[in-house]
Amino acid sequence: MQSWRSARGLFAGTGLPPAAWLLAFFIIPLSLVWLMSFGENSGVAAIRLTGTWANYARALDPLYFTILLKSLWIAALTTLACLVLGFPVALAITFAQPKTRPLLLLAIMLPFWTNLLIRTYALIAVLRTKGYINLSLAWLWGLSGLAHAHPFVPLNLLYTNFAVILGLVFVNLPFMVLPLYAALDKLDRSLIEASLDLGAGHFRTLMVIVAPLAMPGIISGIIITFVPALGAYLTPDLLGGTDSQLIASVIERQFKRANDWPFGAALSFMLMYITFIAIAAQSWRGRWRGKRA
Amino acid sequence: MARPLAGQTGVTGAIAPLEYTRRAWLRLWVGLVLAFLYAPILTLVAFSFNDSKRNIVWRGFTLKYYGQALHDEGLMQALGNSLTIAALATVFSLILGALSALALWRFRFPGKALAEGTMSLPIVVPEICMGVAMLSFFAAVGWPTDLPWPLSLSAIVIAHITFCFPFVTMVVRARLASFNREQEEAAKDLGASEWRALVDVIIPHMRPGLVAGALLAFTLSLDDFIITFFTAGPNTNTFPVKIYSMVRFSVTPEVNAISALVILLTICLTAVAMKVQGEAALSAAH
Amino acid sequence: MADSAIISVRNVSKVYSGATTPAVDDVSLDIMAGEFFVLLGPSGCGKTTLLRMIAGFELPSAGQILIDGKDMAGVPPNKRPVNMVFQSYAVFPHMSVAKNVGYGLRITGVPAADIAARVEEALALVKLDGLAARMPDQLSGGQRQRVALARSLVMRPKVLLLDEPLSALDAKLRAAMQFELAALQEKVGITFVTVTHDQDEALSMACRVAVMERGNVAQLAAPSDLYEFPANRFVADFVGSVNIFEGRLTLDEPDRAEVECPGLGKVWLNHGVTGAHGSQVWVALRPEKIYLHVPGEGRAAKAAAEDAPAGCNTARGVIKGMSYLGDITLYDIHLESGARLRVSRPNLSRHAQQAFTWEDKVSLHWRADSPVVLLS
Repeated sequence: MQSWRSARGLFAGTGLPPAAWLLAFFIIPLSLVWLMSFGENSGVAAIRLTGTWANYARALDPLYFTILLKSLWIAALTTLACLVLGFPVALAITFAQPKTRPLLLLAIMLPFWTNLLIRTYALIAVLRTKGYINLSLAWLWGLSGLAHAHPFVPLNLLYTNFAVILGLVFVNLPFMVLPLYAALDKLDRSLIEASLDLGAGHFRTLMVIVAPLAMPGIISGIIITFVPALGAYLTPDLLGGTDSQLIASVIERQFKRANDWPFGAALSFMLMYITFIAIAAQSWRGRWRGKRA
Repeated sequence: MARPLAGQTGVTGAIAPLEYTRRAWLRLWVGLVLAFLYAPILTLVAFSFNDSKRNIVWRGFTLKYYGQALHDEGLMQALGNSLTIAALATVFSLILGALSALALWRFRFPGKALAEGTMSLPIVVPEICMGVAMLSFFAAVGWPTDLPWPLSLSAIVIAHITFCFPFVTMVVRARLASFNREQEEAAKDLGASEWRALVDVIIPHMRPGLVAGALLAFTLSLDDFIITFFTAGPNTNTFPVKIYSMVRFSVTPEVNAISALVILLTICLTAVAMKVQGEAALSAAH
Repeated sequence: MADSAIISVRNVSKVYSGATTPAVDDVSLDIMAGEFFVLLGPSGCGKTTLLRMIAGFELPSAGQILIDGKDMAGVPPNKRPVNMVFQSYAVFPHMSVAKNVGYGLRITGVPAADIAARVEEALALVKLDGLAARMPDQLSGGQRQRVALARSLVMRPKVLLLDEPLSALDAKLRAAMQFELAALQEKVGITFVTVTHDQDEALSMACRVAVMERGNVAQLAAPSDLYEFPANRFVADFVGSVNIFEGRLTLDEPDRAEVECPGLGKVWLNHGVTGAHGSQVWVALRPEKIYLHVPGEGRAAKAAAEDAPAGCNTARGVIKGMSYLGDITLYDIHLESGARLRVSRPNLSRHAQQAFTWEDKVSLHWRADSPVVLLS
């Protein structure tokens, strides 16, 4: 690595275009939104920047705050489900034969590369009243002979919180598996063997040795799953019912229908603050651990 | 003879302590997870051939919904628009991503940590926030909404480039990390200038990273819903938005058909990526 | 004998999938309680695989392993009465020294007060007292090794397995640790089984050594026996340096034998060799057992004649290479027959190395009990 001074021309040539782009099309728009969150509507099309905190106050209003809390809760459940489901999968990939490993990785990643809309739509067909789950259950119900006494009542799976969480897990699971796998792969296997050799069982070894040492990867996976789940729009919108409104839907409504952009901006930035806190916590933790050495 | 990795005996029969992947419960778990991930998609594709409008019970094999999908003008126009957007976004993302990867890999400069953090922000920021930001920006700037095609897509393309190129940066930078500086020094020793060395030695090394980055950018762009939803003007017909409106109201086999086609496209792209770079391209996505 | 064997390896083989040759090929040996046993061999010979099978991390493709009389088939590593010190030491990086050493004790449910006492005892044993609160990244490589040793020893296993324990240490530390490990083993009294590719280590520490080559045991013997009475050319060459000459067995009596080597001349031995008359054999002669003389006064011939017939156990050549190593000097000698011979000569006086120099003509002799005849 060389100092930027040693090749100023090249540094400018490679560094300036992306920097300029990010400034113009990312930093400035985000700053604009941030400023807007302190503004209010004046007239149909204009927004006046008045430096008011009213938008944030309104965001903390029970009506909207409960939605924010609910979004946090659902995102947390989703992340937990992904962690529980994904950890054994990451384990399986790490300890697979070298020939099978790329295949397993591909198998987990391929759904991620498939269009989000299509994946969510596929779940509708599975969960709806006449969807595959209900049809299979009805068939089994008929088989078991109970259908004569009690007609099968299809489960109301779609348009519920359950559907939203299922959908979010369905969509985000690959995001959790990869960082977990990366962390597990880097682990020195003789540490596991040493633990076994000293008498520990497999579960204890996983909890006491593997998990703490893979923690940076686990935290990465949690953040990469939690943040998109928190800000998810499409999946809750398609799979959720009227009582499953999440924060992203509320934001969308402010911009598209309610035309209250300042309020929408404030809500967006509430999301951003949470994201920043999560990332800051992660990097502080990394630095603190490093300092202890 | 290299010593085999712990846990890999590869012998059928008794399972060694670290051969977790051979244990029944783990295999069952992974199988269930994979079934969970694939079953909805597979049934979706299967039912695209179903000769039934309401598409609940299998009635017969037909390709007519594929025909219907391919003849749906609105749908095809939307798909065309989205492919164009993806192509344009990929080209520019590649350029910007490669440049920033080079700058970050090669140079020390004051404020580098801040630059790296800023570069990773578009990856981390929730998509809806980006969508909101883009919408507000274009509205505030007064971006014209009645430009001729393809300029009418410009707002969307700009938004896509912004969230795609940091991913390209990440992938290319990972590839550059494995570059041996001595190759470049050898080129210079033989008379190449800074720029010449870049073109002759460094860019060829970057190539697999560029290919992986291009495929990643293309897929991300094609896959995106929320940012496109926010930045598309009233007159622009984009694929995700069109499908969204179709999906909200009915579950027709036509949607299945077009979905199956898009999945096929994804698989082809992934196969190309695999051929060029192997599984590194897939794990580099993170 | 078999009763006091603490580890019995019976016809154990190991084949990895996709491999054409077995890593361990039908090996049988017994390790006695309380001995310091070493598995020695070049990389790829199967010694580590065998050790890991005893520990339970690899499973044999065939054969049985018995520890203290019990068959270990189906017994996982955490239930075996053995403990292992890994090549990378595998000290848990996120636990302090004390927590590392007490790890196994916590699992077996020893009360906390006892754990503290035993940890202290173990640390004193490996001379790490006072470092209980340190974290592994604050320790040197040698200290981390001692932590690994303490961690295993505190469990009071019947057998301690060590995988290349000294390979990561620098030369001086290695020499010191060789003594320490041997002393530790004597003090603690448990069986040590060590894997190494370093024959100095093996010879200095072991009670008995099993030399392995390509999955087989080439010879199992005490260090001096390995060195002075190698069973075959592989062992003769692997343990120490040696001159090997091909020849034909021309005389074989209970108390004497003679081999005719085209390269070395007539070799006379003062003991019998079990071999067919006229068969092809090899003669192994260690460099330090050959004497150099200035030619001309027939000294070599006279010295050889003391215990062999005339014309035997003597040769002539020219010094073509010399290496002064401080305590000894090595000579590379081109014999009249065209063959090459390596001779090592102790520098018994401070001017000893000046006695000979390049291109000097020399005559050589050796005693009749020095050569070893090898049949394979």
